[in-house]
Amino acid sequence: MEDEGVVKKFLYLNRKAPYGSIYALESLEVVLIGAAFDQDVSLAFIDDGVYQLKKNQQTSVTSGIGVKDFSKTYRALEGYDVEKLYVDKKTMEERGLSTDDLLVPVEVLDDAQMAELMEQQDVVLSF
Amino acid sequence: MKFAILVNEGPYQHQASDSAYQFTQAALKKGHEIFRVFFYHDGVNNASRLTVPPQDDRHIVNRWSELAKAHNLDLVVCIAAAQRRGMLDENEAKRNGKDANNIAEGFRISGLGQLIEAGIQSERLVVFGD
Repeated sequence: MEDEGVVKKFLYLNRKAPYGSIYALESLEVVLIGAAFDQDVSLAFIDDGVYQLKKNQQTSVTSGIGVKDFSKTYRALEGYDVEKLYVDKKTMEERGLSTDDLLVPVEVLDDAQMAELMEQQDVVLSF
Repeated sequence: MKFAILVNEGPYQHQASDSAYQFTQAALKKGHEIFRVFFYHDGVNNASRLTVPPQDDRHIVNRWSELAKAHNLDLVVCIAAAQRRGMLDENEAKRNGKDANNIAEGFRISGLGQLIEAGIQSERLVVFGD
């Protein structure tokens, strides 16, 4: 591959709820395709984006809005060597969430740490 | 500087495509390089050659096509996002058994790898979206 050898820090910034709009699903599609490029990938979840990682999502037509539940894909990210997942502390507190409510292990960052994470990146893809 | 541009919203509904166009034009004018403009999410709708805005309004699609022609820009539409929104080029229409295609001149359909590559190859990737 032409880009072989170049490793940049990519941050996927997920800001929106998993359903109601397609941003979360299509962001995940970029992450999965991007994994083939062997870059240094991190995912951050802020605002309603933290709901993307919520356990027990029920979206079938009988129990929810009748769209595909793609949340299990987040658990598969480890297999793609995407292991750096971060959530925003204030976001979690505002929504009454703890890391036990989430599908995957995450690191909780406060505002300053989140800003520092963003500062370290070469590429920030905000969805 | 070498820029890549990501457009995440459709034309007219949202300012993103206008801002991206103006940024791209300004960057070119200043002598910067645009490695690629990538259209994702509803941004793929910026590539529909069936777009017919009122005559006294800007033609967002044609404007991109003309800019691409003038500066040899690489305008890439994400194939997965395009297909679920009914955006097909001739090959994809044939492959999917559809009776029409609608990609404007100067745009090409390709995969998300082109977005990642743009991030790797450029010094700045600038995202225009909601």
